[in-house]
Amino acid sequence: MFKIIEKKFLSENVARLVIEAPYIAKSRRAGHFIILRIDKNGERIPLTISDADVEKGTISLIVQRVGVSSHKLCAMNAGDFILDVVGPLGKATHITNVGTVLCAGGGVGVAPLFPIVQAMKLAGNRVITIIAARNKDLVILENEMSEYSDELIVMTDDGSKGTKGLVTQGMEEVILREKINQAIVIGPAVMMKFAALTTKKYEIPTMASLNTIMVDGTGMCGACRVSVGGKTEFVCVDGPEFDAHKVNFDEMLSRLGAYKEKESENYDEYVKSCEATALN
Amino acid sequence: MEEELNEEYYKAERKTEWRDKLRKEIKAKERTNISRVRMPEADPNVRNKSNLEVNKGLTLEMALAESHRCLDCAVPTCIIGCPVGTNIPKFIKFLEAGDVLGAAEVLKENNTLPAICGRVCPQEIQCEAQCFYVKKLSKEGAAIGHLERFVADYAREHGPATIPALAEPNGIKMAVIGSGPAGLTVAGELAKFGYDVTVFEALHDLGGVLKYGIPEFRLPKSIVDYEINTIKNMGVKFVTNFIVGKTASIADLKEEGYVAFFIASGAGLPNFMNIPGENYSGIQSANEFLTRVNLMGGGNKDFDTPVHTGKNVVVVGGGNTAMDSVRTAKRMGAERAIIIYRRSMEEMPARAEEIKHAIEEDIEFINLASPIEYFADERGKVNKMRVQKMELGEPDASGRRRPVAIEGSEYDIAVDSVVIAVGVSPNPIVQQSMPELEITKWNTIKVDDNMMTSIPGLFAGGDIVRGGATVILAMGDGRKAASGMHSYVQSEVLVKA
Repeated sequence: MFKIIEKKFLSENVARLVIEAPYIAKSRRAGHFIILRIDKNGERIPLTISDADVEKGTISLIVQRVGVSSHKLCAMNAGDFILDVVGPLGKATHITNVGTVLCAGGGVGVAPLFPIVQAMKLAGNRVITIIAARNKDLVILENEMSEYSDELIVMTDDGSKGTKGLVTQGMEEVILREKINQAIVIGPAVMMKFAALTTKKYEIPTMASLNTIMVDGTGMCGACRVSVGGKTEFVCVDGPEFDAHKVNFDEMLSRLGAYKEKESENYDEYVKSCEATALN
Repeated sequence: MEEELNEEYYKAERKTEWRDKLRKEIKAKERTNISRVRMPEADPNVRNKSNLEVNKGLTLEMALAESHRCLDCAVPTCIIGCPVGTNIPKFIKFLEAGDVLGAAEVLKENNTLPAICGRVCPQEIQCEAQCFYVKKLSKEGAAIGHLERFVADYAREHGPATIPALAEPNGIKMAVIGSGPAGLTVAGELAKFGYDVTVFEALHDLGGVLKYGIPEFRLPKSIVDYEINTIKNMGVKFVTNFIVGKTASIADLKEEGYVAFFIASGAGLPNFMNIPGENYSGIQSANEFLTRVNLMGGGNKDFDTPVHTGKNVVVVGGGNTAMDSVRTAKRMGAERAIIIYRRSMEEMPARAEEIKHAIEEDIEFINLASPIEYFADERGKVNKMRVQKMELGEPDASGRRRPVAIEGSEYDIAVDSVVIAVGVSPNPIVQQSMPELEITKWNTIKVDDNMMTSIPGLFAGGDIVRGGATVILAMGDGRKAASGMHSYVQSEVLVKA
């Protein structure tokens, strides 16, 4: 059992949970993720560790409400317990001083990007961060990001905050302005696909952190497999970070949709049961 | 795998008065004329729609009748066939004498998990293959597996929940990595020596492949839990959600006072065939399919985990895992549940019993065929597979005739989902966390005769050493490793302390 110490909504559908997990807090590095299961009938879902406090023995997770499990998770509060949390999983981000690093996060992908921005800055890099969202209510971690970035660019699709436009436009502007030694992109698969195409044009080495469907997270099931440079890799043990220019994002997108029908059925049932409870 | 038979010991036991008397009660000739008991089975057309256990177990009368068949041979060759060295004639004779709980005690001497072994061991190539009936009389061997299951089940249902005799606790901490059959065996054995044992499990539930892999209809989960509970009652501690090499390293655990380690992290890395279209959605490894169903409740509406099934489900492979997968797919409502295997029925590595059960349950077999490509709908979900016919050529290194593709024989099969069950490779996590650990070119961990790895105090066994074998071989490794760890601690750690 893992106790929730703190819970806060960062935007309407995005919450931060601080969870007591001392071993994970101590072992985790930037890029690592965990898998959790809320209750005994729950599914195992992967979530990136966005921050940790070794002294307090806690880790932070950022969750966006999309399906049944993330709704249940966002409905939990400080003092509640999550049945299972296991990690840290995956390979840690390779952090070195390369010069100037462009970090671009889209939507809730900003959360896993944060520990990388932090580590890249602490390694002595010049860090330019772009965080993008559909609108101003969905922008998260702005203060945290600005603390570790030499420059922070906020972009929204509708222009309600920062610069109006897509993340790729922001990236291109920076690339045209100054020499970028490495790029890191994390966000929805579509965003990463186009971000990767943008940096490829300028031959900038680019890493993407993939968030695929997983069950065990230890290499056992292969649900998370992706094609990277024509070779099948497991996101859980070979990743989650890969050369963005080699990832087959179209295949990844179709695999992400593998359970869409069943998930929306489950979700409709969940909403009905919530309504039934509320009416009683 | 096979230990030298300690003939003197078995002979002395055989000479006890009661066994002498029991042997003489029925003439050998009469014993050999009794025909082998048949395991009662659930109706194929009922069981293939439910999780009902297929083998229903023997009745007391059936078990007693079968116990008469055992000749209590002077040289009990059956024991040589058992990877954990169960004293087979002794337990069968206890049963014949009517002391079923006594028989259960005999099983527990060498085997931590008899109710499990009685169900999933391939007895037909182990103990029963070495039986006098098979070797000298060309008759069906004594039904050792069925009897083992009967005795263990009887003791669980009727006897007191006992635990084996334990040495005085010595306070020495031992860590076991993985709670599958190898890990559970080591834990039980080390507890008997008096060690303070903790088992670390990566998943949220205990039992490893016994839980996520083998389906309920072949091995009810309640039986696995009962056996694990016995080990808990022996003082063994279990920690779930803990991945050694990730959550904490072996070095971290050493700091916490653990002096010896047993790695039994299993063969948890599924193989794929690397053919075009294999990553379309709806194509999954047997590990994924079985884990979703067995461990996560996939397919049960009370559970959140989804699973791919459909009207037409194809399982690629011919081993026990393939049989488990295809029979599970049938139970989840597949109209056609099909095995595609590249050799013929004769070469199929699955147990004969599993193949028989699958055929009875209306599983289709397409043998001498292999998939070469998958096709998908506009959303990337598999809907068709292309199969090529094969013929058998010259024997390969494994001694089995090598399948050779027949050019121009390709044809298509409509599918809703596909399960790939073409073997597994060792889980890489522990090895990745310890680059100094010596591994083989197949990524299995190298061990010596005592199951010790290249790092002193670090032992390994089961599929992480073998690559993909059986429950009982993993348990055999566990027994060997436990005594190896015991002598290591006694000679290296305590002497130097």
